[in-house]
Amino acid sequence: MGDLIELKNLTKNYDDLQVLKGINLNIKENEFLTLLGPSGCGKTTTLRIIAGFEEPSSGEVLFDGMDISRIPPYKREVNTVFQKYALFPHMNVFDNVAFGLNIKKVDKSVIETKVNRMLNLVGLKGFGPRDVSNLSGGQQQRVAIARALVNEPKVLLLDEPLGALDAKLRKEMQTELKKIQKEVGITFVFVTHDQEEALTMSDTVVVMNEGTIQMIGSPIDVYNEPENRFVAQFIGESNIIEGTMKKDLLVSFDDFDFECLDKGFPENEPVDIVIRPEDLDIVEPEAANLTGLVKSVVFMGVHYEIIVESKYRDYKIHTTDFSPVGKQVGLTLTPDDIHVMWKMGVY
Amino acid sequence: MKHFRKLSVPYFIWCIIFILIPLVLIILYAFTNGGNDVKTLNFTLDNFARIFDETYIKVFAKSLLLGVLTTAICFVMGYPLAYIISKQDDSIQDMLIMAVTIPTWINMVIRTYAWINLLSDNGIINGLLGLLGIDPVTMMYTNFSVVLGLVCNLVPFMIIPIHTSLRKMDPSLTEAAMDLGADPVQTFIRVIFKLSMPGVINGIIMVFLMAISSFVIPRLLGGGQFVLIGNLIEQQFVSVGDWNFGSAISTILAVLILIAMRLMKKMDASPMDEA
Repeated sequence: MGDLIELKNLTKNYDDLQVLKGINLNIKENEFLTLLGPSGCGKTTTLRIIAGFEEPSSGEVLFDGMDISRIPPYKREVNTVFQKYALFPHMNVFDNVAFGLNIKKVDKSVIETKVNRMLNLVGLKGFGPRDVSNLSGGQQQRVAIARALVNEPKVLLLDEPLGALDAKLRKEMQTELKKIQKEVGITFVFVTHDQEEALTMSDTVVVMNEGTIQMIGSPIDVYNEPENRFVAQFIGESNIIEGTMKKDLLVSFDDFDFECLDKGFPENEPVDIVIRPEDLDIVEPEAANLTGLVKSVVFMGVHYEIIVESKYRDYKIHTTDFSPVGKQVGLTLTPDDIHVMWKMGVY
Repeated sequence: MKHFRKLSVPYFIWCIIFILIPLVLIILYAFTNGGNDVKTLNFTLDNFARIFDETYIKVFAKSLLLGVLTTAICFVMGYPLAYIISKQDDSIQDMLIMAVTIPTWINMVIRTYAWINLLSDNGIINGLLGLLGIDPVTMMYTNFSVVLGLVCNLVPFMIIPIHTSLRKMDPSLTEAAMDLGADPVQTFIRVIFKLSMPGVINGIIMVFLMAISSFVIPRLLGGGQFVLIGNLIEQQFVSVGDWNFGSAISTILAVLILIAMRLMKKMDASPMDEA
């Protein structure tokens, strides 16, 4: 799998505002890559530059090794699924999907076969003559996907396509999108602010904030090995603790030393430590170094979210075991529950 | 909600007195002959038969022709303008639309007199041409001056509805078309123009309606012998005094306009097939 798209030192300025501050990213063939970040982080701008709707202020967009950053969108081998679908209201489902093929003056019978095959793929068999404005959000979404995919692009760009759907439908579409991507075997570049969406669908997650890339990695890496405080905070819930790296495999925080699996930091380097709430175990106070008082218990469905007030900070714990408010408890963790990160802005 | 409904009562009374009753009277006049007193009504179709006289048919034909011509020119001028305006930033758009509407704040008669000053044989344009050694060109009292006056007065009514429909169009539709491989010309023809059709239809209906029924501009810029339907009706009511015949012409004009509107609306509603 080679690199299909390379973004090199991409920047974008709107008047005085710099929304992209040097994006470097390689997108491989057949990969499901997600740009994840809070609103205003530049993820949509990055996507729009790949699509050709925006020109970068500086930097290059390489597609198959060729710089396409000044080529208009209609000459690019990418297609986009828009946030609000952007279906043509004056055409029925069939004509919407056939739009790109009609432009290319493809033979009528070929268009018919391709459009119908695509409508089958997205689960809209027989919807061709329907009016698009009478479809539900999920169905419009599927039309938008079919309309883009029927052109057989090398890359499909998706700009928060599930944002307008309700929770249940969104889950369904997540699985379905992943299935479609496997089936057509092309690169998907997906933009979202929803971390769960990013983690469940992607091969690669790119975490962005304030116009820079914070981390590129697999969903598991991004969750378990966040590179900095921002990534740890943005993805999943976490306890982030300031501590000191005593030496390799030994980190100190809250007056105690803990064994960990991290190394390669200078001795006595101040660091950030991430502990996921589900990794902390509540035990009897005598059995642990860290102790505290249960401050609140919230039932979350699958688990309880328990806040334990300790000497230095409140710890958030996710557990299926109930502990009453006001109880004195101990907290234990194993070395692989601790993840040590460089402080932000050090590298 | 119920006591709010009472507030609409004055409005209904207004409508009945100033719209419904005059309309009924016009139709009544159209189907009766002159000299009736309040008690007896003599119904007749003579008024309509008179219209099939050659002179009147010519007036109708000329009016329709000038109406179509004016509408066509307004459309050809107005659409690009509306399109260009809709591409500007919001604040500039408001300003430009304001600029388009400002002339309509000035009385139409005054604006038309301004054209007389410009166009007449010893007017400003011919004066300037004279300085260049060109003989005076007769512009007043021709089809040219009448159409010019009509276009000048009516073009805002073409621009505004088209601009409204272009402005409320989701810009991502244009992007979607480009994304699917349509170059700017294809995008315009297949998406933008088709989606602006409701505005185009409204503009055409408004301009055509006002062009075909106008009488002040044809009289001022076309002169006394320049007779369009509007002038004919005005003459019948004001100078000839044959209200019955005037009403018949009005009724026919109204029917013609209604038919034109229906046709236009039908065009808008019919599914637009892909070529």
